[in-house]
Amino acid sequence: MPVVAPMPVVGEIPRTRAVMAPPSRFADKAFEWLTLSMALVVVLLVFLVGWQLAHGSFLSIKKFGFNFLSTSTWDPVAEQFGALPFIYGTVVSSVIALIIAVPLSIATAVYLTELAPLWIRQPLTSLIEMLAAIPSVILGLWGIFVMIPWLRDYPFPWLKHYFGWTGLFTGPIYGVCMLAGGIIIAIMILPIITSVSREILRSVPNLQREAAYALGATRWEVTRIAVLSYAKRGIFGAVILGLGRALGETMAVTMVIGNTPQIAASLFKPGYTLASVIANEFTEATTDLYLQALFEIGLVLFGITIVANLVGQLLLRTLKNSSATRGA
Amino acid sequence: MGSRITPHLRPVGGFAAECAAATTHFLAWVLTLPGAALIGAAAYSRRISELRRFFRLYTHRLTARSQCLTNSRHRIVTVKLLTLVRALRHGDRTMKLHSLSRKLLAALLLSGVAATASAQQTINGAGATFPYPIYSKWFDAYAKVDPSVRFNYQSIGSGGGQKQIMAQTVDFGASDGPMSDDNLSKAPGKLLHIPTVAGAVVITYNLEGNPALKLDGETIAGIYLGTIKKWNDPKIAALNSGAKLPDEEIVVVHRSDGSGTTFIFTDYLSKVSADWKSKVGNNTSVSWPAGLGGKGNEGVAGQVKQTPNSIGYVELIYAIQNKMTYADLKNADGQVVKATLDSVTAALATATVPDDFRFSMTNASGKDSYPIAGVTWLLVYQQQQDATKGKKLVEFLKWAEKDGEKMAKDLDYAPLPDKLRERVLQRISEIKY
Repeated sequence: MPVVAPMPVVGEIPRTRAVMAPPSRFADKAFEWLTLSMALVVVLLVFLVGWQLAHGSFLSIKKFGFNFLSTSTWDPVAEQFGALPFIYGTVVSSVIALIIAVPLSIATAVYLTELAPLWIRQPLTSLIEMLAAIPSVILGLWGIFVMIPWLRDYPFPWLKHYFGWTGLFTGPIYGVCMLAGGIIIAIMILPIITSVSREILRSVPNLQREAAYALGATRWEVTRIAVLSYAKRGIFGAVILGLGRALGETMAVTMVIGNTPQIAASLFKPGYTLASVIANEFTEATTDLYLQALFEIGLVLFGITIVANLVGQLLLRTLKNSSATRGA
Repeated sequence: MGSRITPHLRPVGGFAAECAAATTHFLAWVLTLPGAALIGAAAYSRRISELRRFFRLYTHRLTARSQCLTNSRHRIVTVKLLTLVRALRHGDRTMKLHSLSRKLLAALLLSGVAATASAQQTINGAGATFPYPIYSKWFDAYAKVDPSVRFNYQSIGSGGGQKQIMAQTVDFGASDGPMSDDNLSKAPGKLLHIPTVAGAVVITYNLEGNPALKLDGETIAGIYLGTIKKWNDPKIAALNSGAKLPDEEIVVVHRSDGSGTTFIFTDYLSKVSADWKSKVGNNTSVSWPAGLGGKGNEGVAGQVKQTPNSIGYVELIYAIQNKMTYADLKNADGQVVKATLDSVTAALATATVPDDFRFSMTNASGKDSYPIAGVTWLLVYQQQQDATKGKKLVEFLKWAEKDGEKMAKDLDYAPLPDKLRERVLQRISEIKY
């Protein structure tokens, strides 16, 4: 236990000097080392996961090489494995999810912080956060039994009728399809983007708003100029967070995406994602090559997540630079 | 301290058994530590000398216990209980704790005792999910037959079951598909396939008016290959004269997850259709030429239920329990049969079963046989490593084949026919330990 130094008494300067030796830096150093080691553990974990995945997929990498990423056959019987449809499915379903979820979340966050009457804010926020607490598998079952029949009977035929010419909404409507997968992911990432954006908007200083109002800005102009552009980077970060979750989403997507490894222009065609194929086939995979191919799918997913994050970081940086130059 | 342990209490058994037992004891000891620590912390300020004595006693007993292994299980539990009683009395005297926290302490210490007691004879298994309901029923019922054995079964899937028994991390594996020659040769010892119960796969569909359908292998293969596209295709119509079949596309649904159900289904299709065999083949999951994938029985059933004009395949048990409509099938003898437990057992009776019990019973002959069915297996080593466990395992397997089979029908599994059971029992008695 550290000994408490006696309080220096005025008039006894020499003795006080002796007692007040420079305080030990040990605690500071120890704290620094401790936090550093904790941070290193996290970094180490990332590397271990990557190494383990690469190690586990050695056979598959050796056999298929880069063809694994560019071929579309997934045949466990003939042991021919190519991940392209899964990569496509993961990327497309995540992009659909972002297209749906981002405007919705930002609008919700803006409403909650800028426009909503005070009494409605808290209940609404709690409701949205409750959405995040629904287990993925429950959402998937809800997807099969409630969402899919509804989508199949109402919005999908409408989309087909009016937007069929784009080529995105053609072919027979089964209900389960890439679009349904994207929608379910959108529902899952909505709460996270909304609540993070809301926190960011709340942190915008009121001074900012008041200044804009003082200049005669309308409510929309205040929100756009004073609030949203101030919070731009933070909201972008929230979107990247949502994307991270979208890429890795498994259970609910598996239940509504149709699980067919194919690349089709129409969003009404069933698809398949990287995470889904692992969840579906890992438990019953018995041969070595099959297992290793699934491991490699994991490696690819890991790679995509890292790339998505890096791109996000880069975009964030350019965003910062551009706003800095514009500010200057 | 060790001198107090009489030599005859020392364990007889392999080095591995000794190590395992020592580890369990150490774990149990660790489990009780929080309890001891709690007592210690509370008593610290009060009577440090008493505490020391208490700890000495406690560790003494624990050390003593950790030195007498498997054979003196009763003694161990007694010692442990003694320790517990002492600890509680001691805690009572020194701590004046609230009664709730005393109960908490007791629970903590007891969990340690329980861990030790149960760890003695736990037989671990892992594998198939399909037979999980009946296995857990068996384990439950067997606890009354032999209370000294406990089973711990993880239904992680057949692939996991095969992997784990090959790595010897479990005492038995379970699989819905037979192990490949390649995997068998990689296993460190001779693995036996012990068939337990059989199940069937039924073809379910969603058609307006819910007509009763009859199908045959060729037609099903055609539908799943995508060559038969519409419900009013002449091939379907020929089998179902009189039924109203719509002029609509057939929406094909299959399992997306790897499963024994898919294995049995594709095994059947490979037998009845040369096209299927050459284009798709047979595995727990295949490259499907047509259709949508649903996850699990519930995924396929859900999609069929939700999608008009769809067709899918699910386990018979699932279809029975969820009161689904399913088609009657034409078997190898040209007879149209309903999928029932009896028609599955009939198929088992006519199937040719080789001596290693790795057989497929799809498309079985006999006029009452339902064609899409399969057994599920337990995987055990012929030479057991641990004598005590091996003995208990063999006793259980014998019980399962004799008495356990009687429970099968209640849970909608088809029991093995008597003749096959005799052969399986013969094989079980060849397990050495």
